[in-house]
Amino acid sequence: MKITLGGISKPHSSKTMKTGDWGTEYPVVDEEKCTACKTCEYLCPDACIVVVEKEDEKKVAVPDYEYCKGCGVCFSVCPVDAIKMELKDIYKLEVC
Amino acid sequence: MEKVVRGFYSIAHSVKLCKPNVIAAYPITPQTEIVENLAEMYANGELGDCEYVTAESEFGAASILVGASAAGARTFTATCSQGLILMSEVLINAAGMRLPIVLVNTNRALSAPLSIWNDHQDSMVLRDGGLMQIHVETNQEAHDMVPVAFKVAEDHKVMLPFMINMDGYKLTHAYEPIDLLEQEMVDTFLPPYNPPVYMTTKDPLTFGSYAPPQYYAEFRVALQNAMERARKVLEKAYKEWAEITGRDWGGHIVAEGVEDADLVAISMGSLTGMVRDVISELRNQGKKVGLLKIRTFRPFPAKEVRGALKDAEKILVFERAVSFGHGGPVGMEVKSACFGLTPEFYSFAVGLGGRDVPREEIVRIISDVYYGKVDQGFHFGTVKPFEEVIV
Amino acid sequence: MNYFGPGHGACPGCGLTIATRNVLEALEGKCFVANSTGCLEIVSSQYERSAWGVPYIHSLFENAGAVAAGIDLALKALKRKGEGKVVVFAGDGATADIGIGTLSGMFDRNHDVIYICLDNEAYQNTGNQQSGLTPLGSNTTTTPVGELFPGKMGRKKDMVSIAVAHGIPYVATASVAFHADLRRKVKKAAEIEGAKYIQIHSPCVTGWGIDGKQTILSAKLAYETALYPIVEYENGELTRVRKIKERKPVEEYLKIQRRFRHLFKHPKGKEIISMLQKIADENAAKFNLDV
Repeated sequence: MKITLGGISKPHSSKTMKTGDWGTEYPVVDEEKCTACKTCEYLCPDACIVVVEKEDEKKVAVPDYEYCKGCGVCFSVCPVDAIKMELKDIYKLEVC
Repeated sequence: MEKVVRGFYSIAHSVKLCKPNVIAAYPITPQTEIVENLAEMYANGELGDCEYVTAESEFGAASILVGASAAGARTFTATCSQGLILMSEVLINAAGMRLPIVLVNTNRALSAPLSIWNDHQDSMVLRDGGLMQIHVETNQEAHDMVPVAFKVAEDHKVMLPFMINMDGYKLTHAYEPIDLLEQEMVDTFLPPYNPPVYMTTKDPLTFGSYAPPQYYAEFRVALQNAMERARKVLEKAYKEWAEITGRDWGGHIVAEGVEDADLVAISMGSLTGMVRDVISELRNQGKKVGLLKIRTFRPFPAKEVRGALKDAEKILVFERAVSFGHGGPVGMEVKSACFGLTPEFYSFAVGLGGRDVPREEIVRIISDVYYGKVDQGFHFGTVKPFEEVIV
Repeated sequence: MNYFGPGHGACPGCGLTIATRNVLEALEGKCFVANSTGCLEIVSSQYERSAWGVPYIHSLFENAGAVAAGIDLALKALKRKGEGKVVVFAGDGATADIGIGTLSGMFDRNHDVIYICLDNEAYQNTGNQQSGLTPLGSNTTTTPVGELFPGKMGRKKDMVSIAVAHGIPYVATASVAFHADLRRKVKKAAEIEGAKYIQIHSPCVTGWGIDGKQTILSAKLAYETALYPIVEYENGELTRVRKIKERKPVEEYLKIQRRFRHLFKHPKGKEIISMLQKIADENAAKFNLDV
């Protein structure tokens, strides 16, 4: 094992910590409604929703589920209501 | 070039020749004149590529040096006493972060009661902090040890803060003829600082990470290992310095006449001169006494100390501090170094808070021990008999 | 464009990390960060799990101002000033309480440093203890609601005035609710030589007792009620304020947060709410916030 001088860490080494399984919900982007305004991108606490250009040249916000903690900030700030939060399947309780 | 200067200047001049990049300090007696001298040099443009600032506290000064050192600068400060213990959180942090900050501590007593005068209680508080510590006997030695401190602290095998202890007043305020170093000589000995790693946007590393239990212990072992490596690096630097300047201050310890001595007296710092004087007079009288001066206090030269004391029947430590609830801190180190040996052991705390230590006191303590007139263990030197009352 | 995260350990919906990302974005990553101990440090700087994409240092709780000053001095001495700006990220406790000495020293010497106070209004890393920037009436673990006391007694410390009084060239407040304004202020600060102070209101989901979906909403309500004025000072002069179109009563802000919920049933709650309204009114008058 190697340890660094005084505990120096490499940049962005937190990427090994996949936080995508933290939340109970996840955001779903309605690509039709999304105007690629980047509000969600600027306000995501976890830097995991980014506006990207799709194959058809349309720009839309795409969440990164590997890291998304399901906080709902993007949902709450979307000016055109293009994001909705859905419950992860494992948290759906079936009442018998 | 020999010149009569005060202890303060002997440090400041040497610091200048070491070409520091950042000096941050805060005034405190009896250190102030060191940084005043440096401030004057800065004001006159004599410090080259160096920034000098007076911080808002010693805590701030040390913290400024943490940032500067991490960014790749050669750094210096001076302090003592309350200032040193105010810095202690930062200095201990700097040791863990492996930042080679160099500081001079002009040893002074701790409050309360407030005392501006000399003893070693301040530096003893930092004993376990991960700083290298040496004690000097004279202003010439103080002058000479500044480049040594930078060289050893910045050695890539070490990378630890270095504290030079010099006795406040006894040395700082004393005028002595000092053979002032020349730039060329210092340049030969001390290369420019070449940090093994530093903060830069070219390689945006994270300094000062916190370590969860699965890592923390390894970092502390690494710090201990660095201290262990520092023994050799420091010893080598002492030797190299002696070769370059012709002034040999010795290694981690200086043992004088210990080979045939029944009694060995131990001292650190400026008191050593007087102890040496008494010891040498007693030897002239045919008494088997010797002197052990401890120069390096951290890493503690246990092997060397044990070697020097292996044949001693009586060990006597002149302490300049007290570990309240136990005894003298140097004595404790010496005892642990001598574990398994069976000499009689005596330890006397003298000169606390600048109390004058007359030659007669040293003579009396040594002869009391020599002739078996005192019990073994820890004692205070001359104190007036008193009774503690509430008011 | 990403200089912070992902993979950090902040709570879902954390306001601090939103603020941090936008500050770094505004500086285009050309900066040196000094971070005090606290939430942001703990969630982002674990060994081998750093979220930072810029050079970063954490030393202690109360010395980020001085550490940043040291970096500034080193860059100056080593002639590397062009490499980037020096930025502090410190929490409200690190800024207004334990670190105010090193902050004041840094201001006083006017180091070329942008000091960002991430204000989540309590020591949130250790579980919501009151700081000097905790507002009146807030229920914290060290100002708990009891029969005698309805949460914190005493006002939020006026750090903005303290910063202005140091005579530094730029002081501003900002909020994660207005991210473009936040970035504009950071960019502006970066162009000014000397010490800069920007205090960013950054909601804390756990300490305030809100849901991640209310992070931005609560920050916005703090502004809309005038409890958190968004202002800008240049060279000691108030140069810009964010005007409020229809100022809302403070209850609107208080009622959505668990830390203020007791104010609506505690015998002294009404009195505290009216005191908070008075503070909001004073802010509105002082900064001429109402349109």
